[in-house]
Amino acid sequence: MKTAISYPTEGAMGKTGTWRVFKPVVDEQKCIKCYRCWIFCPDCAIEIEQFPVIDYNYCKGCGICANECPVKAISMEREGK
Amino acid sequence: MIVIDTANHISALAAKMARPKVIAAYPITPQTTIVERLAEYVEKGQLDAEFIRVESEHSAMTACIAAEACGVRTFTATSSHGLLLMHEMLHWAGLARLPVVMVNVNRAIGPGWNIWSDANDSMAQRDTSWIHFYCSSNQEVFDTIIQAYKIAESSEVMLPAMISYDGFILSHTSMPAEIPSQKEIDEFLPPFKPAWSIVDEAITHGNIIEPLNYAKVRYDMMLSMEKAKKVIEEVGEDFGKKFGRYYGLVDEYKCDDADYVIVAMASIASEAKFAVERLRSRGEKVGVVNLRTHRPFPYEKLKYDKLIVIDRNISPGLGGVVYNEIKGKVREAYGFIAGIGGMDVSYKDIERIYELAKKGKEGFYLFEVS
Repeated sequence: MKTAISYPTEGAMGKTGTWRVFKPVVDEQKCIKCYRCWIFCPDCAIEIEQFPVIDYNYCKGCGICANECPVKAISMEREGK
Repeated sequence: MIVIDTANHISALAAKMARPKVIAAYPITPQTTIVERLAEYVEKGQLDAEFIRVESEHSAMTACIAAEACGVRTFTATSSHGLLLMHEMLHWAGLARLPVVMVNVNRAIGPGWNIWSDANDSMAQRDTSWIHFYCSSNQEVFDTIIQAYKIAESSEVMLPAMISYDGFILSHTSMPAEIPSQKEIDEFLPPFKPAWSIVDEAITHGNIIEPLNYAKVRYDMMLSMEKAKKVIEEVGEDFGKKFGRYYGLVDEYKCDDADYVIVAMASIASEAKFAVERLRSRGEKVGVVNLRTHRPFPYEKLKYDKLIVIDRNISPGLGGVVYNEIKGKVREAYGFIAGIGGMDVSYKDIERIYELAKKGKEGFYLFEVS
């Protein structure tokens, strides 16, 4: 039986980080380690070590993490500046 | 146990005995009394199922698809405009290989508003990769629904199934039907084993697929439809062994020595048997093939020289759908369109169709009730 089933794989659509126009940058001085950014990232492109670490290979720069951050510790900076 | 009831109530009883876990439906004449009865069964605690009241038929089919994707058996029923509104999701159920079972009570399409029977609603869904059954009696309705679950859910098939029968002529007419016990049905119809389920593993279904893979999905559906022919015959045979009523792709009546064979579906097929009795009493060698299945199409069962095809449907610009599907594949075929918009097709009309075909005529005849 054949039908359109896909299994989760890293980078199934290639390095989507190249789509990015704005890049999220974490300010560790301000970060309170609430990890809301990690919860909300729709692409699972944030990993938690001590502070959030953004995987720029796959982060599309949607800005949801910066929007959700309660202490404005993530800023969106234009790529290629 | 013999039950005397309408085809709609018998449909509801068959659906209940198949133990679906989700029923999602929207009322539409002449189907309404099926889901009303099912709602009653759920409300009274006689059927352990989730009854989802939806805002449209499109949503009804969508809810059934979602439930099947979670690995449970489902049921829905509709008619006419309701079926047309489902059209998009019918393709979805087929391509996702989810064996939803649905009853469609045939009803003409408006405007002008018409609640009587013709098969244009289900014929418009013939390319949606559903298995299409047509029933000619209330007993056949019960038996076909039970078999449809087993056929659709077969690991060789995994395609949805639609059971159609004439509005009012069957849907609201009481006839006796032999109903097996729940235990016997449970022995015949095992619990549903889905081919895939979003509950069991982390998967996405329906993502973009490139042309070659898409073509493979379609090709696989073709193969499964072909396998369905074998499965329909096997399940019909098993059903016969257990319950004494045998079924196959077609139901042949007095065809062995026939010069002409009438090909018809649903209630016209049972009326044609009566016409054949009368014609044979006058020395005419004629038989009937009742097409139980329209998809997959049982070409191999139509190995007769002269066919008279009666369509209760019309494809303007082409003619009767079944006739046009058959005519290139047999030596002689005569196509007749009758019974559109619920016009009565009596045995007398079928005898006249036979006489016309013998003279080499065919076409769209507005037979008056004789």
